[in-house]
Amino acid sequence: MKLSELKPGQTAVIKDFSDDDLSLRFLEMGCVPGEEILLERIAPLGDPIAIRVSGYSLCLRQSEAESIIISSVDRN
Amino acid sequence: MAAEQTIKIALAGNPNSGKSTLFNILTGLNQKIGNFPGVTVDKKSGFAKINNTQIEFTDFPGSYSLNALSADEKVLPDVLADKNNPVHPDCVVYVADATNLRRSLFLCTQIMDTGIPLILVLNMIDLLEKSDEEIDVVKLSGELGIKIFTANARDKKGIEELKNSLTEPFEIPKKKILSSEITETDKAKKQRSETIERYKAIGEILKKVVSKKSVGLNSSLTKKLDNILTHRIFGFLIFFAVLFLVFQSIFSWSALPMEWIEQLFSSFSEWLLNTLPQGVLTELVVNGILAGISGVVVFIPQIALLFVFISILEDTGYMARVSFITDRLLRKFGLNGRSVIPLISGVACAVPAIMATRTIPNWKERIITIMVTPLMSCSARLPVYTLLISLVVPSEKVFGFLNVQGIALMVLYLIGFLAAILVALVLKFIIKARERSFFIMELPVYRSPRWSSVGLAVVEKVKTFVFEAGKVIVAISIILWALSSYAPGNRFQKIEEHFRAPEFAQQHTPEELEKLIATEKLEQSYAGIMGHALEPVIRPLGFDWKIGIALVTSFAAREVFVGTMATIYSVGDENNTLSIREKMQAEINPETGEKRYSTAVAFSLMIFYAFAMQCMSTIAIVYSETKSWKWPALQFIYMSALAYLSALVVYQVMK
Repeated sequence: MKLSELKPGQTAVIKDFSDDDLSLRFLEMGCVPGEEILLERIAPLGDPIAIRVSGYSLCLRQSEAESIIISSVDRN
Repeated sequence: MAAEQTIKIALAGNPNSGKSTLFNILTGLNQKIGNFPGVTVDKKSGFAKINNTQIEFTDFPGSYSLNALSADEKVLPDVLADKNNPVHPDCVVYVADATNLRRSLFLCTQIMDTGIPLILVLNMIDLLEKSDEEIDVVKLSGELGIKIFTANARDKKGIEELKNSLTEPFEIPKKKILSSEITETDKAKKQRSETIERYKAIGEILKKVVSKKSVGLNSSLTKKLDNILTHRIFGFLIFFAVLFLVFQSIFSWSALPMEWIEQLFSSFSEWLLNTLPQGVLTELVVNGILAGISGVVVFIPQIALLFVFISILEDTGYMARVSFITDRLLRKFGLNGRSVIPLISGVACAVPAIMATRTIPNWKERIITIMVTPLMSCSARLPVYTLLISLVVPSEKVFGFLNVQGIALMVLYLIGFLAAILVALVLKFIIKARERSFFIMELPVYRSPRWSSVGLAVVEKVKTFVFEAGKVIVAISIILWALSSYAPGNRFQKIEEHFRAPEFAQQHTPEELEKLIATEKLEQSYAGIMGHALEPVIRPLGFDWKIGIALVTSFAAREVFVGTMATIYSVGDENNTLSIREKMQAEINPETGEKRYSTAVAFSLMIFYAFAMQCMSTIAIVYSETKSWKWPALQFIYMSALAYLSALVVYQVMK
């Protein structure tokens, strides 16, 4: 699934990227495959979103989140 | 190392790492702003003498990696790769946010692997102590093979140790963090695999030096604040409250100091006029140069106040949240979440507002914001609007409480705002993007503002304005002075002779005579000639040559319109709006036999002033912010065209 499909409070693990240009930027910001991320919040107008990765908060647009492929982690 | 030699130190680090604060602590007020050689990226350098050694610090733009994306981020890799570059450092002081160690070490180790000496500063160590992590600094220093100092903004102890180490011989890092060579020919693929490998290597190191403690405090405070500040209702309410406060303060708190500055300059000019010998030189000094300097200094209160607020909003981390909640809305118009503050401040004055666009990281979005901000109705338009509204709009009330004049004024403000938004939308499709619009941005944790940084930021902005824009403003002021005080041939002499005839002295007091001469001189001056020359062009808008003169002279600043009208109608005191109004109201158009300032003319003129770029200070600041005459020129052309066409439509429809 894509990061854009994640709901607030859910965690997931980064698998891959579908956009070559954006991927380097994400990688440099610490979003490397295997890294666990948490969807912290969605902006009031539905876009952008904020994720927790590598101990800090990163915000990105929904269109950018679509390029991050994740596998969700179920933890209850 | 010889004592007289200057050691060059580069400060590098991620955005929000506290790099600039450290730079301020190290150099104090001993800073200067320039350009990096060959590129139009601001370079801040500062000097300090440590243990009798002169050290030059250069503050590099914050970035996350050496794989350059924007012009700002390119500077660091370019300078590091070029040993002959005048700012190529002897040593890099890398500032890392200790609470964000993994990401910070990415750029840090990239720089180390270029083979340059590097000293690591773990900043915000106080925040780390409150968090759930613990870093074994000694071990980390051993793992990386470099010197490490810890620091925080409040405690200067670590910084003293850092300073002392800068005068000791620098060591090139002993080993490379990314040792394995990646055999990949495609550059982008290579960068990607290198990034992944580097993070792996950093992960290995961090496993050995970082240990977890109990749950942290600060990020939970940030979470609670974010729940309110990015809330769908409270988030916007608080944001509007903040905007209101900023707007109110630059509008009202700056009024008094601005008045003082104006009074100070006017008494100084008067004193000079009385003291210096009469002549061209005195006139030039007082009405050209001093008037220009006064026009520069008068902006300082507004600029200072706006940047006090902006620095606080930036420093606390709130600005990033403003972008977060408004990005969706503004993106449609080619703007950015950070365009909000410039646009709203534009209602007070476009000059500080345009300086505030520095916080917009994307080039295209910043240019669009700069291009449309002067359309917001600034405070200099207010005297023009009030004079013209009072001329044609009755002071009546509708629904018992709404003043019609007030409504007219509000409509003018609204028109300015709508024009700004619509022009932004048009520019979005015209201006080509230099880089893809990213919104991948860190949301930093909230912290209290560092007052010394706020103070230094304000000083820096004021200095930039005075020295960059100031030059252009004074130059234009001198030109305008010459245009309105000189005439071809001996025209002025003839006027003097004409009015010296005895019948004038009998009919008029010397004061009245003085005013009549001034009026006549203005009409005969180069500005007057330009006004007459403009008449055919502006007649379709309902304007005559008198308005033409005012258009020329008010190019300095819009409010000059009122003063010029006072001179044209021989009303000596330009603060006496009532008498200017009476004179203007009594003026008859000889062609139609009706009032010259009909409703159609007044509205046409107001619309013209709403859109026209009648402000040399704005032109100067756009030039200094974009470092090119292209943008102010384009802005002047499109705003003049918009003003002309809109005024034309208004006059032709209403007449």
